[in-house]
Parts: sequence; structure tokens; C-alpha cells
Amino acid sequence: MTVPSTLGPERLAIELTVNGRRRTTAVAPWQTLLDVLRDELRLTGTKECCLVGECGACTVRLNGRIVDSCLVLAVEADGGEVTTVEGLAPVGSLSPIQRNFLRYGAVQCGFCTPGQLMAADDLLRRIPDPTIDEIAEGLAGNLCRCGCYEQIIEAVAATAEEARG
Amino acid sequence: MQPFRYERPASLERAVELLAEHGPAARILAGGTDLIIRLRDGTLRPDLVVDIKRIPDLAAQIAERDGRLSISAGTTMTDIAADPRVRRHFRALAEAAAVVGSVQIRNRATLAGNICNASPAADTAPALLIYDAEVVAVGPDGERRIPIDAFFVRSGVTTLRPGELVAAVELPLPAEPAGSVHLRRTRRRGHDLASVTLACLVTADRRLRLAYGSVGPRPVLVTEESGVLLDPAASEATRLAVLERLFAAASPSPTSMRASPEYRLAMLRVLGRRAIAAAADRLAQEGVR
Repeated sequence: MTVPSTLGPERLAIELTVNGRRRTTAVAPWQTLLDVLRDELRLTGTKECCLVGECGACTVRLNGRIVDSCLVLAVEADGGEVTTVEGLAPVGSLSPIQRNFLRYGAVQCGFCTPGQLMAADDLLRRIPDPTIDEIAEGLAGNLCRCGCYEQIIEAVAATAEEARG
Repeated sequence: MQPFRYERPASLERAVELLAEHGPAARILAGGTDLIIRLRDGTLRPDLVVDIKRIPDLAAQIAERDGRLSISAGTTMTDIAADPRVRRHFRALAEAAAVVGSVQIRNRATLAGNICNASPAADTAPALLIYDAEVVAVGPDGERRIPIDAFFVRSGVTTLRPGELVAAVELPLPAEPAGSVHLRRTRRRGHDLASVTLACLVTADRRLRLAYGSVGPRPVLVTEESGVLLDPAASEATRLAVLERLFAAASPSPTSMRASPEYRLAMLRVLGRRAIAAAADRLAQEGVR
């Protein structure tokens, strides 16, 4: 979604902690968290897709819970703590769930992957040892048009198993 | 998205003032999972969006007070599905909250927003109906309580008056053991709305309350006190007659893309019977607890 070129008089100053880094920016009330992450903060890992809260491509963690960032106004997140896919692991390295997405072929075109990773990461934080049904429920808000669901579920299950040791 | 102004009042009084000043040009923002979609597609074009989530009285909170469980307007589906008191006393509501949308949606969507949006398919509505919930509305004339059955009118329309907002939804804590359940039929979990959504409650004195949604312009509550449906000795013919009376209030839309009226009415009967059996089962387990 593009921001109208003629912004109204209203610009609101907001402060976010994004991937551990304090950011301040000015936003229009109608800009979503997704718009601000991608267009203002240049964190383009988070994807824009359905814009109605069905596909999960824009999933980020906000104050400890995952949300569809296309359905959150940036100003609503003011003062909040945001984690995007870029924050899952330090630059140049991969988190265990990211590594397993590669190992199990859970990525084809890759467009849904950032959202899938954020939902998988959230699931494993809440339920470290999920059943297959719990994995399916935890990822039910993330669509994959390539149809990698089996591989995604395998990657999540393998990550949980590794953590068990 | 069409430009609008944004206010984040710090008190309920200020929120009511803003609604009074701006009338229908103001829209309330709670979870945003319906509102932001409609702001984006242009079906709503408010001048002002009033975000109520940082009003201390409305912030996410589930509290026991005067024999009731009070669920504030900012409480999300995730909060409700996880709350031990809701799960213990209002199991159908916990189950309904747990199947709304996806994890991402449940982390934002509120119970108050679900009822104000007044979708006929709202999953929490049948559960609120069987438990006799009350809506606590606050407006320029102060606070009033609206029985949930008198709240829904039709899709998108409630009996809230102009300038009023929902501060909380309250459920009377049950005085006697009861069994309850929520069931739904949907084409695709995590995304689609329900083709049929229903809840059932039975009590030890064989009173039965059944509520169903997505099969008419508003969710419907029906009650049955003869005990026939919970009597193992009752004949199938007797039971069928009573069941048909319970399902008679359904009038599904012939134009919905989600499911045909025939399908919905057939599924209502299947799920209705299942729910009655499941609620009776839970009541029996309650007895031995």
C-alpha cells in the first residue's frame, strides 16, 4: 500500500524498539505498522500481501505476541517492542528454525517464509514441544501458495526435537 | 487508506466526549481486525479514529466482581481462551475465542469488537447468548446494561445508541453445575468465517439453551425446558419434534457465497445434536468431579 503523496497536516511522532534498536519516526495516522517497517525503516523482510489478515506474510511480533502488521496502525504500536524476521538471528547467522527451513526444503518461492518463521518462532516459544496438530494450528494464519506445508511442519518439528536434545 | 485523524484518549470520559463531538464521523478502534480492513477498502471513511486500548478501565482485563466475570473491551480472544476462569465456568466461550481467525488475529481481535461488528457469523455470540451475558455500555447518559439477546439486531447493527461504546461484557458466574460446548463448521480453519457456529448449555435440572449463528441475519438463542432431549427414554420421534422446534429460527441467506442454505440447515442439525450430546456429557463429568 502506498502512502498518499500529499500527507495531511497530521504527522505523529512515534517511538518503537525494533529488533532491539530504538527507532523514532513520524507517521501519518493511516500508515500501518507494515508500511512503516518496510517504507520508513527499510526492513523489507516483512512482506505485504493480502492486506486483510488472511495470509500472514506480514507477521511480526509486537509486545510479545505475533500480529498481522497490515492490520495494526503504526501509531497503535507507539512505545512498543517489535521483532521482525530480521531480528530472529544476528546478521550473517541463522536461528535453528531458519536453518531447518533450509534443511527440510520448507522454502520454495520464499515470499511467505518471513511470516512462517515468525509464526513458527512464536509457536515454539509458547509450546516448546508441539504436536503436529499444534504446529498446524500455530501456523494456520500463514498461507503458502507453493504448498510447502509438509516441509514447514517437518522443519518446526525438527527444531523442537533438537531443542529437546 | 483514506486519511483520518487519530486520538488515543486516556480516560473513558474523554472517549465518550470525542464520540459526542464527532458523532458518526468517529469510529472506535479496539483490535482493528475488522476496522482496518474496512478503512482500507473504503467501506468506512471516518474523520476520526478513537483508539480505546490505552484507557485504563478498558485495557485487557478479566475480573470477578459481584458474582460476575467482567471482560473489559480491550480483552483479546487470546486472553479469553487462556483465562482459567473462562475455561472453568464458560467453556463454550473459551472454545469459541480459540477458533476465531488465526493466532495473529486472536492476538488482536477483541470480544467487544466481535459483538459490535455484529457479524451473524461471530463465533463468540452464541456462547455469550447461552450464558446470558450483559453488555456494559457507556455513553453521554452514563452507563447502562444491555442483555446480549437484546444487543444484536442484524449484520453490523446493534442496539448501542449513538455516542455509546462497549466498556465490558459481563457473564453471571453459574450458581449450579452445567455443561456447555461450542462447535462450528467452516471451510478452512484459520481463515474463513463459520458456515454454522453454535453453542449449547445444559443444567442439572435438564434446562437446555442453544444458540446458533451464521444461519440468519443475527445469532439466535432458543431454550428448551421439557427435558426431552436429555431423557434417554424419550422416543426418537418426540426428540425430533423438539429439535425441529429449536432449529426453526434459522433462516440462512440464499445469496451467501460461503454455503448454501440447504447445507447450513443440514449442518445446523448435525452440529446441534452433537452439541447437545457433548454438553450433556460435560454436565455428567461435572457431577462426578
